[in-house]
Amino acid sequence: MKPIATTRSATGIPTGRLALWWVVGSEIVIFGGLLASYIMHRIGHPEFGDYAAHTNTWAGALNTFVLLTSSLFAVLAHQAAEKGDGRKAHRFLWYTIGGAVTFLVVKGFEWTHEIHQGYTITANAFWSFYYTAAGLHGLHVIAGAIVMGVVAHKAKRNEELQRVELVGIYWHFVDIVWIFLFPLLYIAK
Amino acid sequence: MSASPEAADGHHTNYVKIWAILLVLLVISVLGPLLGHRTLTLVTAFGIAGVKAYIVAAHFMHLKTELKIASYILVTMVALMVLLFMGVSPDVMKHDGRNWNNDAAKAETHRAESAHSAAGAEH
Amino acid sequence: MASTADHADHADHAGDAGHAHHEPGFVKKYLWSTDHKMIAMQYLFTGMVMALIGGYFAYAFRMQMAFPGQHVPGFGFMAPGEYNGLVTSHGTIMIFWVAMPVLLAAFGNFLIPLMIGCDDMVFPRLNRLSYQIFLISAVVLVASFFVHGGPFGGAWTAYPPLSAKAEYNLTPLGATLWLVAVALEFVAFLLGGINFVTTAMNARAPGMRMWDIPIVIWMIVLASIMFMASVGPLVAGAAMLLFDQTLGTAFYDPARGGDPILWQHLFWFFGHPEVYVVLLPALGIVAEVMTVFARKKLFAYKTVLYTAIATGILGFFVWAHHQFIAGIDPRMANVFTVTTVLISVPIGEMCFVYIATLYGGSIRLTTPMLWALAFLAEFLIGGVTGIFLGASGSDIYLHDTYFVLAHFHYTFFPIAIIAVFAGITYWYPKMFGRMLNETLGKIHFWITIVGFNMAFIPLFICGAAGDHRRIYDYSSFPDLAKPYLQNLRILATVGTIVILFGQIFFLINFFRSLRGGPVAGPNPWRANTLEWTVPSPPPHGNFAVMPTVYRGPYEYSVPGREEDFWPQNLPD
Repeated sequence: MKPIATTRSATGIPTGRLALWWVVGSEIVIFGGLLASYIMHRIGHPEFGDYAAHTNTWAGALNTFVLLTSSLFAVLAHQAAEKGDGRKAHRFLWYTIGGAVTFLVVKGFEWTHEIHQGYTITANAFWSFYYTAAGLHGLHVIAGAIVMGVVAHKAKRNEELQRVELVGIYWHFVDIVWIFLFPLLYIAK
Repeated sequence: MSASPEAADGHHTNYVKIWAILLVLLVISVLGPLLGHRTLTLVTAFGIAGVKAYIVAAHFMHLKTELKIASYILVTMVALMVLLFMGVSPDVMKHDGRNWNNDAAKAETHRAESAHSAAGAEH
Repeated sequence: MASTADHADHADHAGDAGHAHHEPGFVKKYLWSTDHKMIAMQYLFTGMVMALIGGYFAYAFRMQMAFPGQHVPGFGFMAPGEYNGLVTSHGTIMIFWVAMPVLLAAFGNFLIPLMIGCDDMVFPRLNRLSYQIFLISAVVLVASFFVHGGPFGGAWTAYPPLSAKAEYNLTPLGATLWLVAVALEFVAFLLGGINFVTTAMNARAPGMRMWDIPIVIWMIVLASIMFMASVGPLVAGAAMLLFDQTLGTAFYDPARGGDPILWQHLFWFFGHPEVYVVLLPALGIVAEVMTVFARKKLFAYKTVLYTAIATGILGFFVWAHHQFIAGIDPRMANVFTVTTVLISVPIGEMCFVYIATLYGGSIRLTTPMLWALAFLAEFLIGGVTGIFLGASGSDIYLHDTYFVLAHFHYTFFPIAIIAVFAGITYWYPKMFGRMLNETLGKIHFWITIVGFNMAFIPLFICGAAGDHRRIYDYSSFPDLAKPYLQNLRILATVGTIVILFGQIFFLINFFRSLRGGPVAGPNPWRANTLEWTVPSPPPHGNFAVMPTVYRGPYEYSVPGREEDFWPQNLPD
């Protein structure tokens, strides 16, 4: 049973979505703090460019493609939910989760290769930033996938369909973070 | 949950088309460094990242049709990060200035660069 | 805590007397409740317990300062490492586990739904989760006192490399637990803050315009937004420090491409707005109390609001004034000096607004009003001494001395103790349905105020004389071991003991009045805001009929009306 408070909407934005904008806002400053720290180190330390040469641009590009595509599925799920088609939304959400899993698998291969070459998180500040930034993003991918599973489970029975949009917005945010991580960690060499 | 302004937009937006645009931008950003021009690479890498982020935010996140307050929240947060960068970078990004030196950072850069060129000479 | 629960149980039964529904069990009611009022009580009592721990630590290390190397009654002999641990834990506890949970979470949870006229927070289960994470964080912090090596002793600011490497701080487990506790606490307040802001934005009663929201709600919401916007970089920074501690990463190690000053920036980018995060709710509480007991409309509601927003924005531009001698770029020091001096303008303006509110009012010197007035007077001293520290030139001399310590105690004590007592004594009738004893309240007030000034005025002098902070024993420093300085230190220690002694009266008053106080009735102070229109304590769901708002919250002594107050929900 939801309190009356939850059903009110003085701003005109539904409560769940309004809260989600604040969630995304507070995530922007978490990633922003980390990335700002990375960028100033990257500019201040020309040797970071030599380290970055060991990252695999193609793996990064593949993962960008995977996340962009999963974002498309997330927005298609939202479109289906808006039309009240919970089953279709459920299916698209699972495609999105598939994207998340693919992303993590690619990351796993990539990291294994780099660690075998001796580029561990303790090697130097570049690799510390590399694993921490991508790892924090990876945690968000995992969290998003889990939440999406829960939402999909409900959506299948046409319950709480508004959550499809909310988890989608979160997923697009995770996508945007990667859109910036990709050039920062892979392209700028 | 379909707020009225968004429903009007939502049905007409061709999400697959937007996705295709994003993929084209991705290809450009990957191919950018092959041109071998530093400034150009920065543009194709970060300029395009900005464009991609805008497209995802505006069309997939529906910020275009959401009430303005949501965009204000997010833009404020981004602006604060720019502020953080401006305040912190003079100390971290540079290794010397008026009456100060960051000897440890200079030494590390020097060490890493010479190690790198030594490794390059071996090849 | 058992007796506390009993009392609260009793008070709740009094409120629920009219309801026939089944009473939930103990666990469901006190530990698993989603009711915002119960969560507020949980935050309040946790904060009070933590305050006692923090106060005990203050007693122990002040005794060491006054009588170095001697046996401290109730503690024993203190080793230098223990001293560092106590000082660090005192600071951490008082900021993160007392000021934040009480000012923001307890008052926020209790007041927001009641004052904006809705039945609960918009996300009650998220609210419960927020408290549970907070409780775990408190447990983790307390656990760090007992681990091998003792609690973290690298100051509440935790600058690396001291905090990053076990071979420097000698508290490998304590440092990690400290960091985990602080990080969990941030998560708890992020969840809580999102809830507060969304509730206040979306769930207001019909008819409540922007200008009808009580100032204290505005302040709590602005503080929550500031917290959310400033804590992110430190969350990232804390993860980086945690990795430096446990994995051996290189974020703060300049020999491997990192930079220790980065932590200082990330910390103070949060740490300075944090001052305003706790200051704004305190100012809000004072505004509520002053208008009610001056029986006068708040002077310039919109000015208060705009200055609060200006403070909130400017609060993000001043952080590096904590780092003037840390080796930051001198040109940045100029910028931050200017912004720091600028921010005293809106805060000063706010003080004038409050004085103007008092002017010509029919002032009743009840206990809450005394606390509110004391807040203005004492905070003024804290603000004025801040100018010396905000100006980079004088800060070079005063930095990291007891002058700084006295300065920020003159800001934080009014915020976290004086304003909180104003709030507790003012809303106690609403929270528990009983009145506090005025005589005990006034005894408590005067002892606390006298003890506070006795403790910290001497420290201004010590600091100006050169007492450096975080020194275990001054007897080996010839310039600082002089008798007059030692006498001042003893005086400050006596002041600390007086403050702690005074709290006995508060505890007696608090717990005795839960059962024995006169029944308060819904509106003992004849106040306007919505929480005073419901029974005390408010039943589950708060309002029997959801209220509609017709006017602003501060319509006191309106000419032409028989009564000197005009509740917000009363139709014309």
